[in-house]
Amino acid sequence: MKRLFGILAAGLLLTAVAACGSSSDSSDGAATVPPRLKLTVFAAASLKGTFTEIGKQFEATHKGVTVTFNFAGSADLVAQIQQGAPADVFASADTKNMDKATSDNLISGTPVNFAKNTLEIATPPDNPAHITSLADLAKPGVKVVLCAIEVPCGSAAHAIEDATGVKIKPVSEEQAVTDVLGKVTSGEADAGLVYVTDVKGAGASVHGVTFPESTKAINTYPIAALAGSKHASAAAAFAAYVAGAKGQAVLAAAGFAKP
Amino acid sequence: MSATTSVGIPRWIYVPAAVGALFIVLPLVALASRVEWSHFFSLITSDSSVAALKLSLRTSALSTLLCILFGVPMAIVLARTSFRGQSILRSLVLLPLVLPPVVGGIALLYTFGRKGLLGHTLDVLGIQIAFSTTAVVLAQAFVAMPFMVVSLEGTLRAAGQRYEVVAATLGARPTTVLRRVTLPLVLPGLAAGAILAFARSLGEFGATITFAGSLQGVTRTLPLEIYLQREGDPNAAVALSLVLVVVAVLVIGLVRRPRGGQL
Repeated sequence: MKRLFGILAAGLLLTAVAACGSSSDSSDGAATVPPRLKLTVFAAASLKGTFTEIGKQFEATHKGVTVTFNFAGSADLVAQIQQGAPADVFASADTKNMDKATSDNLISGTPVNFAKNTLEIATPPDNPAHITSLADLAKPGVKVVLCAIEVPCGSAAHAIEDATGVKIKPVSEEQAVTDVLGKVTSGEADAGLVYVTDVKGAGASVHGVTFPESTKAINTYPIAALAGSKHASAAAAFAAYVAGAKGQAVLAAAGFAKP
Repeated sequence: MSATTSVGIPRWIYVPAAVGALFIVLPLVALASRVEWSHFFSLITSDSSVAALKLSLRTSALSTLLCILFGVPMAIVLARTSFRGQSILRSLVLLPLVLPPVVGGIALLYTFGRKGLLGHTLDVLGIQIAFSTTAVVLAQAFVAMPFMVVSLEGTLRAAGQRYEVVAATLGARPTTVLRRVTLPLVLPGLAAGAILAFARSLGEFGATITFAGSLQGVTRTLPLEIYLQREGDPNAAVALSLVLVVVAVLVIGLVRRPRGGQL
């Protein structure tokens, strides 16, 4: 018991020290030549792979800048920014969540659209339910997993259902697109509606089925520097880098469409 | 135990104690302060909220039943016998206490899922667990079982075997001793274990979302509904959170009573 207490106390101390370390870091930014500038980017979960790559490139071309990321659902990120989380840049998976940030005056300047994403059907590699079209998802006995309507991939799926009249009865409505993908890769579900980029990112662990009706719901990704940023110029530079040629090349390689 | 009251405690200890208490109470106050009271009842009585609450109560009751059916025998075996590897077995059985629930969910998926260890067997028998309410109950029972085992094993050890020995020397068979002596003696511990298991089931989130999925009325329990509502309607999430807090407070009140305020 005594030992456990000691370990806990040491842990607390460490956290406290770490917290002090990071806070003194940001106050260093006021010096004439900041030795190391830390840029915090809040980005939608679906941007994890591409933004990690873009971050590395950005660090290489902008000496003295370290880019750290917080990847989560766009709605979560907006909520965190509203609560005063220290973020410099926000990249959303849909315009709806960016609009929330804009209307709360959290954005500096105007958001720039930098990518588009559409839905694709993902099935386990052996495609056990023989899915070849959107209509196949509505067949009885096919276990389909969708995103819940509250999250962007779910509202996109819903828009497609509305536009086509294909009524899918999902066995589960997941919280995030990664959860849908997980249910498909584990073989629990026969099919799921995820983003084109998710299918590409999952490689051989899923089989992708494109469908022409996917154009009925296109997600646009906007990015913006945040009004609360202490590093306004670096934040704007990162947003511009994503929307520029270098950023676009990384995004296109991952399957994102041009905005 | 009762002798400590006369010695007194150092006065400074009230300071960290107060900080600790504040650390736990303050977030609850903050939560309550965010509730939109004017819409509170319409928020917690919406179709999806009521469906989630009903599902949570139903599945938690069932998983508590599983914990009683299998956890009580486990506690008795662990407390009253000794065999080689017992301490290892105990550690393994208690593992869900410290395991992240998500890990539990993944483990369950690879056991009962379609492609899991027992998946093919269950498929042949025509049983499909994934995406069903059964999956929710299994996930809850998995994380709640240790609470029953720990609570009851402790009570069994504390109660000792004197009365059981007497009953046995008077000619009672083991089953009679268990039924007439042991179980009545440890009933408070059993009740506390059952209530804790129920509470843990009610709060289960990680294993459920990983293993069972999320569909209104089938697998979307109250914690999953709260997590989802944050995206669409944060006010509803806050209101439902308060409902869970109230249920938790009631549960703690229930646990304290049978044990005379010892827990």
